[in-house]
Amino acid sequence: MADRNPAADTPELRERWGAFEFTESYRAKADKAIARYPEGRQRSAVMPLLDLAQRQVGEETDTQGWLPLPVIEYVADYLDMPVIRVLEVATFYFMYNLKPVGKFHVQVCGTTPCMLRGSDGLFETCKKRGMEKGRVSDDGLWTLTEVECMGNCATAPMVQINDDNYEDLTPERLDEILDELAEGKQPKTGTQEPGRHTSEPANALSSLEKMTEENHDYRSEW
Amino acid sequence: MPKVTVDGQEIEVPEGATVLQACELAGKEIPRFCYHERLSIAGNCRMCLVEVKPGPPKPQASCALPATDGQEIRTDTPMVKTAREGVMEFLLINHPLDCPICDQGGECDLQDQSIAYGRGATRYTMNKRAVTEKYMGPLIKTIMTRCIHCTRCVRFSEEIAGVDEIGALGRGEDMEITTYLEQAAEHELSANVIDLCPVGALTSRPYAFEARPWELKKTLSIDVSDAVGANIRLDSRGREVMRALPRINDDVNEEWISDKARYQIDGLSRRRLDKVFMRQKSGKGRGKLQEASWDEAFKAIAKAKPGKDIAAIAGDMVDCETMFAAKALLKACGSTLLEGRQTGMDYDVSNLAAVNFNSTFAGIETADAILIVGSHIRWEAPLVNVRLRKAVKRGAKVFVVGPFWDTTYPAVFLGDELSVLGDLPDEVAEVFNSAERPAIIMGGAALAQGALGAGLRFADQFQLVRDGWNGFNVLHFSAARMGGLMLGYAQKGGMKDIVEAKPKVVISLGADEMDFEPFADTLKVYIGHHGDKGAHAADIILPGASYAEKDGTYVNTEGRVQFAEKAVFAPGDAREDWTILRALADALKVEVGFDSFAQLQSAMIAEVPSLGEEGLADLGGLPKADEKATAEGTISAYPIKDFYLTNPIARASEVMHRCSAELLHGGELAEAAE
Repeated sequence: MADRNPAADTPELRERWGAFEFTESYRAKADKAIARYPEGRQRSAVMPLLDLAQRQVGEETDTQGWLPLPVIEYVADYLDMPVIRVLEVATFYFMYNLKPVGKFHVQVCGTTPCMLRGSDGLFETCKKRGMEKGRVSDDGLWTLTEVECMGNCATAPMVQINDDNYEDLTPERLDEILDELAEGKQPKTGTQEPGRHTSEPANALSSLEKMTEENHDYRSEW
Repeated sequence: MPKVTVDGQEIEVPEGATVLQACELAGKEIPRFCYHERLSIAGNCRMCLVEVKPGPPKPQASCALPATDGQEIRTDTPMVKTAREGVMEFLLINHPLDCPICDQGGECDLQDQSIAYGRGATRYTMNKRAVTEKYMGPLIKTIMTRCIHCTRCVRFSEEIAGVDEIGALGRGEDMEITTYLEQAAEHELSANVIDLCPVGALTSRPYAFEARPWELKKTLSIDVSDAVGANIRLDSRGREVMRALPRINDDVNEEWISDKARYQIDGLSRRRLDKVFMRQKSGKGRGKLQEASWDEAFKAIAKAKPGKDIAAIAGDMVDCETMFAAKALLKACGSTLLEGRQTGMDYDVSNLAAVNFNSTFAGIETADAILIVGSHIRWEAPLVNVRLRKAVKRGAKVFVVGPFWDTTYPAVFLGDELSVLGDLPDEVAEVFNSAERPAIIMGGAALAQGALGAGLRFADQFQLVRDGWNGFNVLHFSAARMGGLMLGYAQKGGMKDIVEAKPKVVISLGADEMDFEPFADTLKVYIGHHGDKGAHAADIILPGASYAEKDGTYVNTEGRVQFAEKAVFAPGDAREDWTILRALADALKVEVGFDSFAQLQSAMIAEVPSLGEEGLADLGGLPKADEKATAEGTISAYPIKDFYLTNPIARASEVMHRCSAELLHGGELAEAAE
């Protein structure tokens, strides 16, 4: 599992992020998120707010973004809640980065279905390009993380890079995607299997065949 | 009321009870770690698994399952046994086997329950998890590898203490309990998490490696660090009190005690007066205190020939018996110069109900509008603040007159002017007019400003006394105060009257907060236990016993009479206070009428019968309010300047000084190398 300790609380960190504030557009989004909850329950918006803060940090640093302690404190202050409660949430969910990451956060799924479909090869590919788990590469572009199941088992193996999923990967396909990203292009997201649209069966149907024509009730047959 | 069957036994349980409570009502023991009666239900330790029909065919966490009609609960089936063994095995996977060096050893829930419900051996062969220690302040020592993630400490700090400072970071196996950035837990009740911790993850720092529970003598006592009269248990070994723990008393302290009550006890063995001292009148050591014998001291007092010019000032921590013995001595001499309000307060005590916490602590929880006048309750009575917090959670509105303090619950501060008592803002008056159980709490700062009359008028105006409810409360913070007032330790003009009477001899019964300067020409006899301000000013020091070293009766601010037992012997030549006063009576050649503690007690009870009965004393009804009473003046500050250093025992305690420096004054203290 990844190291989930927040980045050390140093004077440099305070100096860099101590004055963090939502920009106007992010503030609008944050207030909209807060407005979704009834009066007195503003705390419920802590997750969207942490995400927005992380995105803004990402924009400022040209990375996926992360959550330095002063930013976490800012969010706590924004919602008028104890900072330890915000930190609990931030450390619980892996989507919140507690350490700086690169421009592209390459999250390779290593759970069983992906592993069986060849995720080891994807790690190999990443490693060959100089990525190391939990580290930002020297050019500042990449951070590699091994994650648990992302729910794309039907199109395993998969990689999540920032907000997009790339599925049905082979080492070569991943290489292409990473190249395109490095060049500043946006690769095709989702499945990379030619002819496949989403997570439909790759070949012929193997189950629920009768469902192709009409809505069939299988229950009596179980 | 639902009817359930527990192991074949049919019982009726109260509405809203859980399956765990139902099992307990049926007399079944359910092992548990995360469940605690006074905290919210977490349901995360899974130790309380039972079999419940109807329901899914799997063990259920009984602490989080409501008992419903017709449930059939089994706690003795093989399924339950295996489930408990399984949970215990999982809990022990990451729990270190360091019981021999763990302070919780011998009183550890995990230890006890693994013996009772575990399977005896582990099948886990891999490395155990290790977690770094977290700093939580000078009182709480953490060995986080032992933590089993029950989150009782998190829930306590959030729900009871009202300070969100402890949290659980990370998830699953990597979950760690910590304070934000490892700041010290800054709360007057923080050390209660040590009692709550079912394992040895949070242990007592000052008590670390001091003693084992089975070698301690347990004595039932009463805390004297404030006027709440928390029920405590003093654990002693030999002649030393090793620790103080809370006893359960739902009427007084529930299950908690303040950090001061718990940790001032190391002051009991520091700066003690264990010999008789007399101030030299002449010679080389003039003005210096010199060791002397009891005889010399008594002779010197007799030589002063006090006659009826003798006064007694009671300190904040003395028991009723000591005060009565002094009163009897003065009476025999022909004097009534008794006073306990050392700082010069002179509020009217002709009716004791008017200076009592009439709502009771349990009752104030049910109040729905509370006006606090001149009381920093968190410091003056932390346990009462817990009750107020509960009241607020139930919807009570709280208003405070006085400088700002962090209440831990929403409260409206109405400024420092006492005149607001007679002239409430409309919206506040509206709250009190429509309240069903309105209450006022008058603190020491208000009494000192003479606001008692205005408080009574407020009580009259808003009908604080009604059927089954008395909302007029005075919150004292000296453990001896109510007992002293019941025994007549009050002059009309307070200390001023004593000074004006110009006594030849003043007996200070551990009175350290009083001003000794006006008594320059008086022979000052200090009967007390600590070398504090009183002893510095005294001419003759007679070493007495602290609350841990004598039997005694205490009356808390509710007027609740409670009895404390003697845990250890006083050090050196120190004697129980009443014996000193009895011997002094002989020296002064007067008759006090008792020769033993039992005789003293019966004489005291004969005079004040309510002191003979444990429980709330009947102090009668409130006096008629003076229609013209008004309060003026400003509450510029509260009497307690430093929560951790309010009495001579605490001032002698290293732990309390450390707390004061680190938690209140933010001093940088290097953590002692461990």
